[in-house]
Amino acid sequence: MKGNFSVRLLTAIMILFSVSFASAEVKSESENQEGKDLKTEIKEYIDHHLLDSYDFGLYSYTTEQGEHKYIGFPLPVILIDGGLKVFLSSKFHHGETVAEVGGNYYKLYHNKIYKTDAAGTITYDEAHHPTNANPLDFSITKNVFFILLVSILMFVMFSRMAKKYKSNPLPTGIGRALEPIILYVRDDIAIPNIGKKHYKRYMSYLLTVFFFVWIINLLGLSPLGVNVTNNIAVTFALALITYLITTFTANKNYWGHIFWMPGVPVFMKIVLAPIELLGTIIKPFSLMIRLYANITAGHVVLMSIIGMMFIFKSWIGSPLSFGLAFALSLLELLVAALQAYIFTMLSALYFGSAVEEHDH
Amino acid sequence: MTGLNFVGAGLIVIGAGLGIGRIGGSAMDAIARQPEASGKIQTAMLIAAALIEGIGFAALFAA
Amino acid sequence: MDKLIEQFSFGLFFWQLFLFVGLLFLLKKFAWKPILEAVNAREEGIKNALASAEDAKKEMQNLNADNERLLKEARAERDAMMKEAREIKETMISDAKEEAKAEGAKMIEQAQAAIQSEKNAAISELKSQVAELSVGIAEKVVRKELANDADQSQLIETLLKEVTIS
Repeated sequence: MKGNFSVRLLTAIMILFSVSFASAEVKSESENQEGKDLKTEIKEYIDHHLLDSYDFGLYSYTTEQGEHKYIGFPLPVILIDGGLKVFLSSKFHHGETVAEVGGNYYKLYHNKIYKTDAAGTITYDEAHHPTNANPLDFSITKNVFFILLVSILMFVMFSRMAKKYKSNPLPTGIGRALEPIILYVRDDIAIPNIGKKHYKRYMSYLLTVFFFVWIINLLGLSPLGVNVTNNIAVTFALALITYLITTFTANKNYWGHIFWMPGVPVFMKIVLAPIELLGTIIKPFSLMIRLYANITAGHVVLMSIIGMMFIFKSWIGSPLSFGLAFALSLLELLVAALQAYIFTMLSALYFGSAVEEHDH
Repeated sequence: MTGLNFVGAGLIVIGAGLGIGRIGGSAMDAIARQPEASGKIQTAMLIAAALIEGIGFAALFAA
Repeated sequence: MDKLIEQFSFGLFFWQLFLFVGLLFLLKKFAWKPILEAVNAREEGIKNALASAEDAKKEMQNLNADNERLLKEARAERDAMMKEAREIKETMISDAKEEAKAEGAKMIEQAQAAIQSEKNAAISELKSQVAELSVGIAEKVVRKELANDADQSQLIETLLKEVTIS
């Protein structure tokens, strides 16, 4: 089983490399004719990789005729702009043409949808930012699609696992691997931090967030390269849920400690109240930033090292950066689990402080 | 970004690195002293490191 | 920071929130609750089984202790009985000895008493026979002696003398 896993891992990493290789190389060739710097090219590629997109692109390349080819499939775009507008992202032709929907014109520019006129003109301000209006965007983007996919995967996996318990009290199949993790979350994250009395209320959230973040981080490392958790919106949503749960399940002790810290002079109480109140917001904020930054940093460093292969183009540099990238990929596997653990752990810690019962 | 921003980012990374390094070192000492408590020490170490890391990242984004 | 805010996509936020909360509730109902309940039930079962095993062990120990105690008691009782019997035997023997001794002593005493009384009787008989004999002898002597008056008066004289002297 272990050997099988490492083989699969190796294959996955190889494919990741080959995909990046294919796209980066072709681009560099086309740009070399224009004499553009390879470094900027790689930087742009990394930026593009980190961004969300409206179609599910596996990879893209440019043919010898200078025609851009995209391998992948379009995803639905949902806009609220004077009514609900739903259309497939293939209408944008990857930003090359203007999409006309219900009398409105939209253009994709730097991965953002802007409302334009029929010709697709985009006006800029001094800082080269488009001044066109952004319609309210509820599109099923690549990341949303992946969140949906992971949700379905998790639901199928865990509900099937739950069903098996009905006939047999011992875990079978995939449950054998998942049950220890569930028990770990319960015994080593929830119970020590929240306490035996209250932990049951929070188990669902802790388990869901742990597995969600973990699975989606792992898939972010896969050759599909959909890194959902490096979107601040995603981590913000997760941190917001933690914040809301903390706030709404908190007992009066928690609020007492925030607004009227016991055991300190009155003057200090007045000083501490705003600090503590700010602290309640900073805690989930740091959760959000941590997850986002770790995953983003990991991807940027990994892709930069892969990019270095194309910069060095030598017998020493390229194998070296290949080895480095390989080691870093392994590290990222650890980080994927570690960040899920930290997120769950700190959430549990905050819940624990919200329901803690002091006896003074 | 001006050049100073990069200097600031560097300082942040140095600070956070030193902090996390100290935590890791102390945790190692603690584990060496009490190997049977290594699980608890690791958990506490990870939390402390994560907290510093969070502040570090927040500062990095501000820089 | 500006980059973060610029990057923030409201649509993605909305979908993440919506899908995650949906997933949370679905999983809560269909997965976590049954899984945790099953695991809890199993752990409870194991705990109960262990507890009952422990109980059985304790019971066993109690039984063993009881047996031991009974055995001990029986042994003690037997010992006590033996001891008693021995004591009884000993007292019986010593009683018998004493009785025999007492009896013997009594018999000896009686025998001595009988001997004494026989002796006394014999002595008294002897005394009376001696008296009779001496009286008879004395009669005969006296008869013969007193055949003449002179002798008679002489004798009376001596006797009287003797009487007065004594």
